[in-house]
Amino acid sequence: MDDSYCDGNALAGPLAEVFAVDMTAATGRCASCGQAGPVAALRVYDRAPGLVARCPSCLEVVLRVVRAPGGMWLDLTGAASLLIALPAG
Amino acid sequence: MAPRALAWRTAILAAHRDETPTAATLVLRVPGWSGHLAGQHVDVRLTAEDGYSTQRSYSLAAPADGELIELTVQQVAGGEVSPYLTEVLAPGDPVEIRGPVGGWFTWQPADTGAVQLVAGGSGIVPLMAMIRARQLAGSTAPFRLIYSVRSPGQLYYSAELGSLAARHDGLDISFAYTRAVPDGWPVPPHRLDAATISPAVWPAELAPACFACGPTAFVETVADILVSLGHHPGRVKTERFGPTGG
Repeated sequence: MDDSYCDGNALAGPLAEVFAVDMTAATGRCASCGQAGPVAALRVYDRAPGLVARCPSCLEVVLRVVRAPGGMWLDLTGAASLLIALPAG
Repeated sequence: MAPRALAWRTAILAAHRDETPTAATLVLRVPGWSGHLAGQHVDVRLTAEDGYSTQRSYSLAAPADGELIELTVQQVAGGEVSPYLTEVLAPGDPVEIRGPVGGWFTWQPADTGAVQLVAGGSGIVPLMAMIRARQLAGSTAPFRLIYSVRSPGQLYYSAELGSLAARHDGLDISFAYTRAVPDGWPVPPHRLDAATISPAVWPAELAPACFACGPTAFVETVADILVSLGHHPGRVKTERFGPTGG
């Protein structure tokens, strides 16, 4: 079985550098196939430069994160939407 | 410079406990630590004198004790980080961490429903944090753990798990061995399969919150089996190690 990926739980640290709330519990919708699910359940490939997160259903790229000196490049082309739960008030 | 949501900070190694010949629990003192949820992890960063730095994620193994947190690190031969953490880092030494992070693969003692844990190898670590959080809170949430390892010598926390299970207060543990079994074990070593999981897991009708953690192939197999047994995919939470860069 293909063991070359981990999952969106591994995005928690990198995304917490820029987002004030945990993004791994957010529900993302794949722009390619429409499947919705937690960011934590995306397939994450970390051998590319940066992190590439793919839809577990259709395997298209949903988001990419590249940390460079002085900045972070976040490509959300493959995410149709992100639903982020927020505390009340 | 703009403020960061999460910054690196310096932790100090307070204690080191061997769990197996190749795994150790690191107790770190983190000034200002404000607690975490069972199942969360921290990122650990090592920086060489020439400025090269590399980082890994490690699950927190226990609830915080004030400013003390625990990680259990499996040493990966040839790895860049884990051999340093398990063999070189000495009490009093500093190490950079950030966290806690991760809000999905978590359990909170306020949750009173049934919980099914399935661990492959060092995938036990975040699940042990849940078991310890349950114990610390005096929770009566019914827990079951299926813990698959290569051989008996690879079990983490075996004495503690044994004494917790002996209390018969709602934590049931099943062990499975893939390479070597203890003396007198009723079945030969084999990969965790539906026939092993089915009698040990909560019935799907109970709608337990399921947490599976381990190597990617293990987690995929377990998640497929749980769903085939009728567990709703939305209640099967997974954490995969992937290719271990160590």
